Amino acid sequence: MAAIRLAVPDTAQRGEVIEIKALIQHPMESGFRRGSRGEVIPRNIITRFECRYNGALVFASDFQPAIAANPILTFHTVATETGELEFKWTDQNGEAWSEIATITVT
Amino acid sequence: MMMAKTFQLDRRRFLAGSGSAVLITSLPQMSHASEADLLRARTELFGDRTIQEGRVTVTLPPIAENGHSVPLTVAVDSPMTETDYVRQIVILSPRNPLPLIGQFHLTPRSGKALVSTRIRMSGTQAIQAIAEMNDGSLYSGSMETVVTLAACVVL
Amino acid sequence: MKHVGLGLVLISMTACSRTEIAPETSIPQNELQSGYAFLTAETQALQDDAFENPGFLWVDRGERLFQSVASTEPSCLTCHENGLDGVAASFPKLDPETGELINLEGRINACRTRHQGLPPLAYESEDLLSLTAYIAHQSNGDPISVDVSGDAAPYYELGLDYFITRRGQFNLSCQQCHTENWGKQLRGDTISQGHGNGFPAYRLEWQSLGSLQRRLRDCDTGVRAEPLPYGDPTYVAVELFLAARAQGLEAESPAVRR
Ligand code: HEC
Ligand code: HEC
Repeated sequence: MAAIRLAVPDTAQRGEVIEIKALIQHPMESGFRRGSRGEVIPRNIITRFECRYNGALVFASDFQPAIAANPILTFHTVATETGELEFKWTDQNGEAWSEIATITVT
Repeated sequence: MMMAKTFQLDRRRFLAGSGSAVLITSLPQMSHASEADLLRARTELFGDRTIQEGRVTVTLPPIAENGHSVPLTVAVDSPMTETDYVRQIVILSPRNPLPLIGQFHLTPRSGKALVSTRIRMSGTQAIQAIAEMNDGSLYSGSMETVVTLAACVVL
Repeated sequence: MKHVGLGLVLISMTACSRTEIAPETSIPQNELQSGYAFLTAETQALQDDAFENPGFLWVDRGERLFQSVASTEPSCLTCHENGLDGVAASFPKLDPETGELINLEGRINACRTRHQGLPPLAYESEDLLSLTAYIAHQSNGDPISVDVSGDAAPYYELGLDYFITRRGQFNLSCQQCHTENWGKQLRGDTISQGHGNGFPAYRLEWQSLGSLQRRLRDCDTGVRAEPLPYGDPTYVAVELFLAARAQGLEAESPAVRR
């Protein structure tokens, strides 16, 4: 249950603003739904998403139950140097997953 | 607690509005926040600081086929430099069970104050976005979408 | 667009005498339309976006499962090195070993139990959905083409029979909605021709990927009929009938639907 799809350019020019997309597989169960027997389905959501560029936080997001299931995010960052973009997402229980994408900046 | 209070009323209103018993249990509980809850959420986040209208553009489709996943884009007019940038964007709803939808934290390294995601909307409403600048000033924008939650949800 | 309220649709449908047997009025080839045609531009765009379409989360996972090796048994890839291009568009089909009709899910489970010594995967489990989606996606763009001759013919008849039989408290058949009233509004939803070419599909309502049988269960529940259990041979036969009825239509899994 920790799948992510990432769209990060492989290469960019220094100073260029690049678009990043992340699609995470997660039910984002809101806690407001009821099951077939009328029982409330417990909340189970991702609460935090972070993107670090060579260690520096460039973008973060806090999710509430109204972020749709299988959340998608599109945001931007300035290509500063060749290196790694680290994506980390954490659920309400503190369980965390991460994925890395590399970028070559010329 | 607030939700428990509004639940019954809104549930009834929803049933009446949909005009039929063809409702399934997988529907979200139709407890809604109200405009007042949205204002309360604003106050919790920003106290009594002035929020000016402008600089924030919210984009939603005019009609959303299903409230479970509505594409949302927020753009803020900002140069995004070290000295002048958007620190965060807060998304608020006047009608969802919770007024706060999410927060985006930006930095000068974001380069562009433009973010997109997909959100849940329990019904037609105007979604509001508030941008907090690095100098603490606040700007807001909003857009309304008609949500045609496929009424006959089972089908 | 033709607009009819639920009341109207139901009245006009149930006005027909109950004993009347619905004729097999199939949709002419040149009028065949995928469920895609009945979506808003935004939902179509989501399906078309090879990154944002959430169905690809399952396709990706299916690809990993297909290649992964469980214990000492060969992976799916070991035996299917050349992929399974176009295969999904030919399902359901007769299982050469048992002579029974199986759908793609059944075929995947048959390979697990016969060739991998593994237990079958549960219907709608993430793993079965993922493998199904991965294989179905390899038929994307291929025309649906099933064989309903010979020993498959009785299954086709069974599927046809289910399709034209009225059921549930609403006393409606699949035929009445999807052949006789497609394009009409049913309380905020537009009734499509009811093809299975997009499945497994990501339904916004489900907030997940789901199998064609999950969709069939929703339609049966919608008319207040007791849905058949997952994997029921009659549903597999309905899948065959649906595919025959959609013969020539392009497969498009993972589709996005309301
Ligand atoms: C009361 C009308 C009604 C009846 C009866 C009904 N359906 Fe549906 N069906 C719908 C609606 C509404 C949808 C969702 C919108 C659409 O795609 O048509 C749907 C969707 C479908 C889909 C998915 C189409 C797509 O492209 O996503 C299939 C397949 C389907 N139905 C098959 C059946 C079968 C088989 C039966 C009989 C067992 C049946 N339906 C009975 C109304 C009905
Ligand atoms: C030990 C070899 C072996 C393994 C492992 C195996 N299969 Fe198969 N598979 C076969 C054979 C043999 C057939 C052909 C059966 C027939 O049609 O006679 C087949 C048929 C199929 C078909 C139908 C092909 C068609 O043209 O109709 C699908 C789909 C399939 N396998 C999927 C899978 C999946 C998914 C896995 C992993 C879970 C898997 N297989 C693992 C041997 C294997």
